[in-house]
Amino acid sequence: MLWLLFSLVTATHAELCQPGGENAFKVRLSIKTALGEKAYAWDVNEEYLFKAMVAFSMRKIPHRETTEISHVLLCNVTQRVSFWFVVTDSSKNHTLPAAEVQSAIRMNRNRINNVFFLNDQTLEFLKIPTTLAPPLDPSVPIWIIIFGVTFSIVIVAITLLILSGMWQRRRKNKEMSEAVDDDDKCENFTIENGIPCDPLDMKGGRINDAFMTEDERLTPL
Amino acid sequence: MAHTLGPDWQGDHLEAERPKWDNKFQYLLSCVGFAVGLGNIWRFPYLCQTHGGGAFLIPYVIALVFEGLPLFHIELAIGQRLQQGSIKVWKAISPYLGGIGLGCLTVSFLISLYYNTILTWVLWYFLNSFQYPLPWSSCPLDLNRTGFVEECQGSSAMSYFWYRQTLNITADINDSGSVQWRLLICLAACWAVVYMCIIRGIETTGKAIYFTALFPYLVLTAFLIRGLTLPGAMDGLTYLFTPNMQILQNPRVWLDAATQIFFSLSLAFGGHIAFASYNPPRNNCKNDAVVIALVNSMTSLYASVTVFSVLGFKATNDYGHCLDRNILGLINEFDLPEESISRDVYPAALTYLNATQPQRVAQLSLKSCHLEDFLDKSAAGPGLAFIVFTEAITHMPGSPGWAVLFFGMLFTLGLSSMFGNMEAIITPLVDMAVMPRWVPKEALTGLVCLVCFLSAICFTLQSGNYWLEIFDNFVASLNLIVLAFLEVVGVVYVYGIKQFCDDVAWMTGKRPGLYWRASWAVASPLLLMTIFVAYLSLLAQKPPSYRAWNPQYGQFPSRQERPYPDWVLATGMLLTLLPMLWIPVVALVQLLARRRRMWKLRDARPDSDTDTKTYMDMDKDKC
Repeated sequence: MLWLLFSLVTATHAELCQPGGENAFKVRLSIKTALGEKAYAWDVNEEYLFKAMVAFSMRKIPHRETTEISHVLLCNVTQRVSFWFVVTDSSKNHTLPAAEVQSAIRMNRNRINNVFFLNDQTLEFLKIPTTLAPPLDPSVPIWIIIFGVTFSIVIVAITLLILSGMWQRRRKNKEMSEAVDDDDKCENFTIENGIPCDPLDMKGGRINDAFMTEDERLTPL
Repeated sequence: MAHTLGPDWQGDHLEAERPKWDNKFQYLLSCVGFAVGLGNIWRFPYLCQTHGGGAFLIPYVIALVFEGLPLFHIELAIGQRLQQGSIKVWKAISPYLGGIGLGCLTVSFLISLYYNTILTWVLWYFLNSFQYPLPWSSCPLDLNRTGFVEECQGSSAMSYFWYRQTLNITADINDSGSVQWRLLICLAACWAVVYMCIIRGIETTGKAIYFTALFPYLVLTAFLIRGLTLPGAMDGLTYLFTPNMQILQNPRVWLDAATQIFFSLSLAFGGHIAFASYNPPRNNCKNDAVVIALVNSMTSLYASVTVFSVLGFKATNDYGHCLDRNILGLINEFDLPEESISRDVYPAALTYLNATQPQRVAQLSLKSCHLEDFLDKSAAGPGLAFIVFTEAITHMPGSPGWAVLFFGMLFTLGLSSMFGNMEAIITPLVDMAVMPRWVPKEALTGLVCLVCFLSAICFTLQSGNYWLEIFDNFVASLNLIVLAFLEVVGVVYVYGIKQFCDDVAWMTGKRPGLYWRASWAVASPLLLMTIFVAYLSLLAQKPPSYRAWNPQYGQFPSRQERPYPDWVLATGMLLTLLPMLWIPVVALVQLLARRRRMWKLRDARPDSDTDTKTYMDMDKDKC
């Protein structure tokens, strides 16, 4: 009698959980890809944990707070590792709608991933799209900051170059005008033998001491 | 003699004193920087690879010896001897040839417009390299965050970043779109940097060139070391250099070699004339020409080794991914344990599965993976830098650092070429005293940069890339070939090869040998004429078309081939003819002016002879 009941239960279970069955989802794990040498083996205990996580996710949905681990059925476990699962209701005769299971898994996807040390790419729920993480969006894009810095440096450099150019030109003009003044003085007074400038002191050139008169030596009365 | 002149002479003398290079090394570095540009990185390796690998070096060296070196020597010699920019140099050689100088100036102006736009793109990528992960490594998410943007999904993250987030390109050249503000501010920054470096002519350029000309070599070396240590580098290099002698029978290979050496040395811009005019007259320009040309070619080879070791790594990487994708498909379909099919076992496993369950295998639509296919996917031009190479960089460890170095290198390479372009514009303007004496040089360079910036805004439109291709392929190429041909013919036949050889002997101390004279008189003009005719015939063969990036195209992401609309063709032709028009116009003006002068003299003194002296002799007295 017991054996009959057992086989009936398993048969029912087998019907509910089938590859491609109604409200069934295929799960694929790539443990070796994710963890390399630290990969763990997929055994019945891991399956139990998986069932627990699914049940936990279902409990978060309104009206499904009484979901038990035994309500989650796994079948067709392959070496890949991949398997199918369904979630049944409390009577264990019907499967819960796929939409509910999908929303439950999506809401708790991160936690399920973390339990198995996997991520969205290595723990795949086929037919359940992942919500991709929003990209890091700083308020000011980085390129504008760097642009601002470099552009300011360039503007400052240009200003400095222009100012130094103007200052240099002013200094050159002043030097030139001084040199020109010297030339003028030279040319007005002594252009002997092609030597423009008189080596003697200018003042001395105006008044030649040798021609000082006797009268001027004497003090005036 | 000094005191017969008034103080004014001293003032003039000080201002008219021609700027000089600080030392010979600065001059050589400036010429090398001008010659070595973006083309050495992204055109030569591509040509080398598509035209038979090592075999391409044969037409390349021949073109260098018979076309590149002689033309280069002429430019340096006439600039140095006549100590003037391109306009006055050609006026001095023959007043009827003054148009060549104006043509060179116009071509340099047009080229600097689009060349700096390329630098704008490089700057944009450079600014975006300072983040991890790099923005072009992954597609952006679509609006409801369930997947990636469709355009990106269909092509690749790199192509999407280039075509959409950088250029925001339209699908048709008719559709100009709006000015892209991001590119506009980067363009302003680029022109500001150029202005900062050329603000006082070679005084500032000479200082900047130490960095901009030497930095690329450092980065190339770093990339070479990194590239050679990456897996798959040797595959890339063997693929590049394996010679394929049969390909030399294709005339296209010889044409490409000749044009490559021509554009690579930046001939007929007027820039080398300008640089050489700041040299002391007695300087061995022949040695300079040989050294600079050799450095340029060596840099091209060095760059190709670097580029192809990195591309070999990328191809190996892609090949590995292709295999892995197929293996994963098989494993998932047949629920085999993970890592049960390794890359080596894959072919055997595939045949076995194909034999036992062909329908399921066929359903997977696996792509066939061959390393050669990935190695073939090389590209030239911006495609290489912004799509292919950036992808390779994203796979390298420490990718933001390598991206910063790479785009920094491209920027400095382009900047040193820009110096030559701008000097080709500014030196003739200064020599012709276009501005009154009291206007400082800073104002002139500022005005030129401002005009160039405003004109280049058209390239920041959404269809700007299509216009840039027109400028690059037609306006620049044809004009430069014509100008170079006229340069050689002008010097050899109008000025006189004997006179020219005397000048060179006076400058260098040695008379040019038979090789030089034969090249100048026969080989170079012939080669240039052949290139010009070949170019025109290639253009005439099929109507010019462009390849548009059209997401709605059936075979997207392949680019859609479209013919140019009529108004675009008309504008392109106008821009192409504009520089060349100066030559007949100036010659005509000179002819009319001379005729008028002769008539005037004849009317004034009917008995005396008409002036027997030619303008050439008169100008020579002035020097």
